[in-house]
Amino acid sequence: MPADYKIKFFVIALLLAWVFSSRSNGAEVMQRTVILSTTTSTQDSGLLDVLIPLFEKQTGYSVKTISVGTGQALALAAKGDADVALVHAPSLEKQYVADGKLLNRRLVMYNDFVIIGPKEDPAKARLAKSAVGALRAIEQAKASFVSRGDNSGTHVLEKALWKSAGVEPKGAWYIEAGQGMGATLGIANERNAYTITDRGTYLALGKRVSLPILVEGDKALLNIYSVMEVNPANGPRINSAGGKAFADFMVAPQTQNVIRSFGIEKFGQSLFVPVAGKKEDELGV
Amino acid sequence: MELIWQGVQKAIELVFGFDAEVWAITWLSLKISGGATLLSLSLGIPLGIALALTRFPGRSIIAALINTGMGLPPVVVGLFVSIFLWRSGPLGFLELIYSPSAMVLAQVIIALPIVAGLTMASFQNLDPKLGLQLLGIGASRAQLLWLLCKEARLPLLAAVMAGFGGVISEVGASMMVGGNIRGQTRVLTTATVLETGKGNFDVAIALSLILLALTFAINFFLTRIQQGEQRRWPRLS
Repeated sequence: MPADYKIKFFVIALLLAWVFSSRSNGAEVMQRTVILSTTTSTQDSGLLDVLIPLFEKQTGYSVKTISVGTGQALALAAKGDADVALVHAPSLEKQYVADGKLLNRRLVMYNDFVIIGPKEDPAKARLAKSAVGALRAIEQAKASFVSRGDNSGTHVLEKALWKSAGVEPKGAWYIEAGQGMGATLGIANERNAYTITDRGTYLALGKRVSLPILVEGDKALLNIYSVMEVNPANGPRINSAGGKAFADFMVAPQTQNVIRSFGIEKFGQSLFVPVAGKKEDELGV
Repeated sequence: MELIWQGVQKAIELVFGFDAEVWAITWLSLKISGGATLLSLSLGIPLGIALALTRFPGRSIIAALINTGMGLPPVVVGLFVSIFLWRSGPLGFLELIYSPSAMVLAQVIIALPIVAGLTMASFQNLDPKLGLQLLGIGASRAQLLWLLCKEARLPLLAAVMAGFGGVISEVGASMMVGGNIRGQTRVLTTATVLETGKGNFDVAIALSLILLALTFAINFFLTRIQQGEQRRWPRLS
């Protein structure tokens, strides 16, 4: 190919690249951007669709919400690829705080997990009353159980429950979905299997899931959400002011009121109980 | 089956009710994948032509790499682009992660080998004597290239369609580098995944149908250009 053509093509490519990169937010805008790493449950329940516009209006920041499993959300924050984290795995969170990767852990809200399963309840999990007892019964009956298997907050809680039950879940009855809560509920429903789900997603899926709640109201099933700021030392370009602004927003009285009333209209009950300022051992179901 | 019907109804409701969010998502899908396709064409066609018409050391390795790249898994592209673009990554200073530009970049990486590979194949399929003839009747090298492009236009249009089809339909890379952010990087495929996760199967089906209709419309347009120009074969019967 002649040299002048090479140059022409190169120039066109450069121009196109410039057009497309200048079209998006430049660096100036990015400083007003807060990256929130959070869990799928806050997004799938629709809560963030209500809260984020409020925050943007109040502060002028623009929020990029990355909703992934809690494990990944925390890992992203620890690498400095987010400015603030809103997650629900207290044991994991405390490790990150102890390591100095995340700062100023504050409780925001809670709801609860429930154990659901086949109506006929072959493992008699319903009789167990406690979550740990129910899991033990499921394992003894080798009844199908679908696990998130994705290191999400729900999965972390499930693993802790198995540990308390003194059982290592293994075998054909233990199905690891590796997907979000909605997809996992779908698999459990199709396989007529047991699973653990947060109440919010379970309610949101409504009649798509025909498995009834078998165990609820156990303190071990509390699902506690906390907000943490990312340590600016984790990496370059962390918007720590923006991260702190979002964390402050989540525990502000006005926001907590919005959280309290969220879901009443659609589901006839609140999906989350706001608990800013409280300590974990003060919570009850 | 009833669910699919609900999805069809929902699609009609969203499209003809001019649901602002759905239209914005559709438009963004088109802008990102259309832009990525244009960029891939402007880079991939010259690359494919160069590989087809010239000989240089390492040519066959590059050609083999491009042919392999035609099947690049979008999630793999998404993972590596993310690693580079994360703030903690080597290109973090560009602050492109979770932006439409990042999605264009990932999609160019997916579509470029498809365009370059098909361009290369279509130019290699041209009769080398054609080039000699054109030069013989006094064509300049620029005119030669232009005439060869015209000669290869049918397979070149196929390359356009394959490149666009590859990126408008992918979800793995868009999800990872775009983040599926509402109003910023949510496109038809990532919105479909989200709505399925939320259990809004009717909306998910509606979005899928919109995606199918969009790709069909674009391919129909390109096919009309392609087939309208097709040489007539003598009647075979």
